[in-house]
Amino acid sequence: MSAKRLHVMFDDDDILLDAVKEIVKNKMYIHEVYTPFPVHGLDKAMKLKPTNISIATFIYGCIGFTVAVLMMYYIMIVDWPQDIGGKPSFTLIENIPSFVPIIFEMTVFFAAHLMVITFYMRSKLWPFKEAENPDPSTTDDKFLIDMESGSNLSKTKTMLKKMGAISIKEVKEESEK
Amino acid sequence: MTDYKFSKQIKRFSVILIIIGAIGIAFGFYSAPSNVEEAKEIVANMSHDDHGGGHSDAGHGDGHSDDGHGASGHEYDHDKHVFHQLHNKPWAAIYVPALFFMMISLGVLAFYAIQRASQAGWSIVLYRLMEGITGYLLPGSIFVIIILAFSALKFNHLFIWMDPEVVAHDEIIRNKVGYLNIPFFFARAIIYITGWVLYRNISRRLSLEQDTNNDISIHKKLFKFSAGFLVFFLVSESMMSWDWIMSIDPHWFSTLFGWYVFAGMFVSGITTLALITIYLKSQNYLSFVNNSHIHDMAKFMFGVSIFWAYLWFSQFMLIWYSNIPEEVTYFITRIEDYNLLFFGMVVLNLIFPLIVLMNSDFKKTNFIVILTGIVIIIGHYLDVYNMIMPSAVGNMWSFGAAEIGGFLFFLGIFIYVVFKEISKAPILAKGDPFIEESKTFQYYNLD
Repeated sequence: MSAKRLHVMFDDDDILLDAVKEIVKNKMYIHEVYTPFPVHGLDKAMKLKPTNISIATFIYGCIGFTVAVLMMYYIMIVDWPQDIGGKPSFTLIENIPSFVPIIFEMTVFFAAHLMVITFYMRSKLWPFKEAENPDPSTTDDKFLIDMESGSNLSKTKTMLKKMGAISIKEVKEESEK
Repeated sequence: MTDYKFSKQIKRFSVILIIIGAIGIAFGFYSAPSNVEEAKEIVANMSHDDHGGGHSDAGHGDGHSDDGHGASGHEYDHDKHVFHQLHNKPWAAIYVPALFFMMISLGVLAFYAIQRASQAGWSIVLYRLMEGITGYLLPGSIFVIIILAFSALKFNHLFIWMDPEVVAHDEIIRNKVGYLNIPFFFARAIIYITGWVLYRNISRRLSLEQDTNNDISIHKKLFKFSAGFLVFFLVSESMMSWDWIMSIDPHWFSTLFGWYVFAGMFVSGITTLALITIYLKSQNYLSFVNNSHIHDMAKFMFGVSIFWAYLWFSQFMLIWYSNIPEEVTYFITRIEDYNLLFFGMVVLNLIFPLIVLMNSDFKKTNFIVILTGIVIIIGHYLDVYNMIMPSAVGNMWSFGAAEIGGFLFFLGIFIYVVFKEISKAPILAKGDPFIEESKTFQYYNLD
């Protein structure tokens, strides 16, 4: 009997977390876990790699900082110098205090927006995208593990039932496409 | 888990610091000029300083050389002014660390009250350390009061508004006499200190009582006292910063100065707490403190450093932009005479913690927290130095025997008092209702 793809439903996050740990321990592959809210520790239990989004955000912040400095330099020093409040704009360094708020805001703006856009792209989310979750009740109060059964289907099913699964559904691989 | 015993090494170390510091301070006072002639001689010997021709427009000078000259010539006035600055120097040198270490203690007290008032779960294992650090508050404030009293008794010229002769010639100070007068000044100081020490002692007593008594009413009482104290603290801390720091420059004022001083004391207090925690953990006293606790303190160090810089810059930018003469002298003095210190301090207090503590892994690494902590402590000492010195001694500043000695002296007393106080009580506040939550505290992103 060959391996089947299973959709296993749970109704409690703690039970789900224990089940995920057990499944990982038995070396069965988990495609995805669908939950109505973020479950702390789930990424660790699934042995997912830690996210790199903080490093990406730092780089975006640096880009924002550079863009802001160059922008203020071009606007206020090169292109159209103005004398505001008795502070003529001759050099960047002389007027840097008045540019700091802009530089700060641009850094935050770049970091925040690019981070969110990166997150959406990595999560494959965009406007008019069809929902991927196999069961709409995972947006309400149910938790679903999308997994491979391993070679021994009946043994896996018994184990999952014992872990507290409320339903186990076999799905055909074709329908996933 | 063993309770902390006041160790011989700490005792010896702090006594050595106190002795070295006392020698440094004594030397500082000994080498300070006692009359105008000696001051002239010292200035003449300063080869690195082109002081002779230039006119010092230090904040302190405004009351003196500009408004204060009557029958006597300007030359004589200038020498007298330099004499006052040099005469002030050892006093200011001990006033800076006295204030700095008192504010560390006060910052930790505010942190403690915030933990109590917010009924925080993570920090309970650190309560006894915080209580130990706030044990320095009473001796620390007494040192400050003594120095202020010496100023009022004309032993030094730190607060020029205390000199009736200056006030008589200075209209700006004359208009502030209703607030800036010696009796009211000391009455206020006593009110602040009484309020702080009262809360500190009440919370300490209740906290110790909780160890043996499981009554939840103690917890509720602590919550109420802490919330009440925070209201008192915000007002009294702000006024303290006007009285003890801003009034050294009686012409100048800044409306966010209280916040700025608060941010500085808060971050140096939390940093001191982190340093002491890591030290005691390395001595195997704090088995219940894990790296999530260290991580949280480092997060505070990181965040409050940025908050401090935000206030520092807000104060600077508004005054720089509006360029009003009586306000902007404050920064002109600092940028012209204290350039390296003024901007170097920002590097130590903002850039360094910002870059080093940004990484989550670094925040739980003891070595890096200690390294950053020491940088932050030095940076905030320099911050207080920058608040006091330009107004007290103008461009006659240096880091000599009195400055270093003063710092070591108060550091020694601080270490002695704090560790003595920690050794007086069980190291874990085991009666707190949230103690289990704190012991098992785990930041989910850390292993």
